[in-house]
Amino acid sequence: MPIAITMPALSPTMEEGTLAKWLKAEGDPVAAGDVIAEIETDKATMEIEAVDEGTLGTILVAEGTEGVKVNTVIAQLLEEGEDAGSAQAAPSGGNGAEAPTSAPDTPEPAAAPVATPAVAKPVVTIAADPDIPAGTAMTEITVREALRDAMAEEMRRDESVFLMGEEVAQYQGAYKVSQGLLEEFGDKRVVDTPITEHGFAGVGVGAAYRGLRPIVEFMTFNFALQAIDHIINSAAKTLYMSGGAMPVPIVFRGPNGAAARVAAQHSQNFASWYASVPGLKVVAPYSAADAKGLLKAAIRDPNPVIFLENEILYGVSQEVPDLEDYVLPIGKARVVRPGTDVTIVAYSISVRDALQAGEQLAAEGIDAEVIDLRTLRPLDTATVVESVRKTNRIVAVEEGWPVCGICAEIAAVLMEQAFDDLDAPMVRVTGEDVPMPYAANLEALALPNPNKIVQAAKSVCYRD
Amino acid sequence: MVVRILRLLRPADIGVFMAKAPATDKPKARRKAAPKSSVDATPEALLQFYRDMLLIRRFEEKAGQMYGMGLIGGFCHLYIGQEAVVVGARAATEESDAVITTYRDHGHMLACGMDPRGVMAELTGRIGGYSRGKGGSMHMFARDKNFYGGHGIVGASTSLGTGIALANRYLDNNEVTLTYFGDGAANQGQVYESFNMAALWKLPVLYIIENNQYAMGTSTARSTAQTKLHKRGDAFGIPGSECDGMDVLAVRDAVAKAVKHMRAGKGPYILEAMTYRYRGHSMSDPAKYRTRDEVTKVRKERDPIDHIRDQILESGAASEDALKAIDKEVKAIVTDAADFAQQSPEPDLSELYTDIVITADAAE
Repeated sequence: MPIAITMPALSPTMEEGTLAKWLKAEGDPVAAGDVIAEIETDKATMEIEAVDEGTLGTILVAEGTEGVKVNTVIAQLLEEGEDAGSAQAAPSGGNGAEAPTSAPDTPEPAAAPVATPAVAKPVVTIAADPDIPAGTAMTEITVREALRDAMAEEMRRDESVFLMGEEVAQYQGAYKVSQGLLEEFGDKRVVDTPITEHGFAGVGVGAAYRGLRPIVEFMTFNFALQAIDHIINSAAKTLYMSGGAMPVPIVFRGPNGAAARVAAQHSQNFASWYASVPGLKVVAPYSAADAKGLLKAAIRDPNPVIFLENEILYGVSQEVPDLEDYVLPIGKARVVRPGTDVTIVAYSISVRDALQAGEQLAAEGIDAEVIDLRTLRPLDTATVVESVRKTNRIVAVEEGWPVCGICAEIAAVLMEQAFDDLDAPMVRVTGEDVPMPYAANLEALALPNPNKIVQAAKSVCYRD
Repeated sequence: MVVRILRLLRPADIGVFMAKAPATDKPKARRKAAPKSSVDATPEALLQFYRDMLLIRRFEEKAGQMYGMGLIGGFCHLYIGQEAVVVGARAATEESDAVITTYRDHGHMLACGMDPRGVMAELTGRIGGYSRGKGGSMHMFARDKNFYGGHGIVGASTSLGTGIALANRYLDNNEVTLTYFGDGAANQGQVYESFNMAALWKLPVLYIIENNQYAMGTSTARSTAQTKLHKRGDAFGIPGSECDGMDVLAVRDAVAKAVKHMRAGKGPYILEAMTYRYRGHSMSDPAKYRTRDEVTKVRKERDPIDHIRDQILESGAASEDALKAIDKEVKAIVTDAADFAQQSPEPDLSELYTDIVITADAAE
């Protein structure tokens, strides 16, 4: 039986890729370990090796094909005595290739092992952003590119801005967010650090004391636990402790929260930890445009800013305005879907789920208003309260844990400011109160999803 | 007010008062002269060192006294005994060079030329303090004097100081950073993370380990496998040496050598200054981990101020009367600082919610 060679998943979040090049032709003998093709993901070009020996049969996906979904059969491997004809007639299951190794110059980070993703793209429309003038031309780019463009623009604008972190320079970023920056700005301003989070966070803060504007990238915020002393004690508190004499203009940024199938130590949402600290600003955008406009604002801000990104969103393409200097205000939420029946508040990737829930609810006759908090400290409570005064019902969503979370904070704010406006108790849809499990089914169970939000919205509308 | 009375009655504080040693301005004739090195400094420089060290000594004695009176609260770590380290190091560096340290920081601030009034008023938690009363003993900063704190977390100054050095290299200004920490901090992991980066990037940072032999109550022998702390850079290829931290000229010369190394672009350097603190770790430390005899012996035989006083008199750099005039001047400065620190009002209650974040305009 011929063996099917399928499109491999090359990262926890990969859904599809480009079959860049076939390195073997139909009829070529293939030994186990031979590199047979190159795949381009949104992060890197990777090599596929054969795991079985045989002869390359029919190539089913030509080189140069974009958008090849993971697990698509791309070719067949013929065993001894088989020919392409029989192979085409009866392709078998199984995977004739895997991607255990990658091109030497573009390996995946250790933090991101190979796994199969299960992520759907949002199929929703977002309300026009009042911060973008009507008629502005838009370009569709990924969140990853939006973040990179924000850093590049600010580095061009201000010589004191520089980027430091693990793999930010020569590797082009563990998640490719800093792609191209080393080439443009050189190794003085794009600094590869050793794996030494506590130390380099302190080095970044010290450089900010001295008047520079460091952007410190954490490969993920999970690793910033090593550095949290400097973030809190050396950065957040210093302006106050100095009576205003010592500002600390620094951005700590990186992916936060669950990626996909990376288990408990790599899947924590730290939003409420940082949002509880006076002296910090905490930003957690969802859209590419907000990622760009708010990162530029964070870099210009004279205070320490925690900028929480999301690995799954990095590859999502969205429209970003073609404005020369697109800077958004920190501390303002945005109504991304206007509605009248129920308010759904979310931030970061949960906005995607909330918007999808909004579509589903509309089909059931419930008009949901979705608010993207965008900034978690200072929290734009006015926008939330104003919406609740209109809808009288609210569901709050986040991927973080429920206890002492952002949703819990919103509940407290509503008790203080909008108690009489509520027609039903607020309901939270959060990550479950457990360390993140690895098993695909348990992981899905542990995270919010549109269905859970729909159920919660119906319950506060007494429609379940 | 109630809190202050209670604090006065705390047994630990009573221990401090009971253990209080005689003031150091008693006649020095009984003191045995240490073996003399040749005095390599101008008479003016010697007098300046004497004055600067005496100012720190008197300032700290006054702070200890005011703590006992309930005028200073919380933690208060006195620098008495270690004065030669900061004064010697400052003499070998430029005013534009940066200084950062841990929480035993009053001496470093005075050596940087910060106003004793502002430092003392911060200790009393008044609006006239360097941090408007919101930082206290461990948290003061003066960017115009290139003093970057004052850090309460043991070991934090090493990474932060390394970052200041990174910035100076970035700015291409040939300034060096004096990064102070103690023998206790020397066992923190971030010290070695910082050593690694400083050596890797050849940063102009001088790590000055003030080895006063006790990390709070734990001696270096009980806490430290390699007690020669200046060798801790060996694994990173960072040169290190030891100097007598009770001798201002020895410190000055050792720092000068290190600064030459750094300004030549050769990267970081570790200097271990062997010193001693006469008082407890903080005001509430009864210091049971060492004998009174041990403290008395150091005070009698190695006191840095007595030592330079002898050098001045024996070399004929100045007369007894000249020293007395300095004593008087220093006393007046400290008295003035103490008066200011008590007269300056407490911060207005509206200050509770200021300086948490800063606007872009205010930061310019």
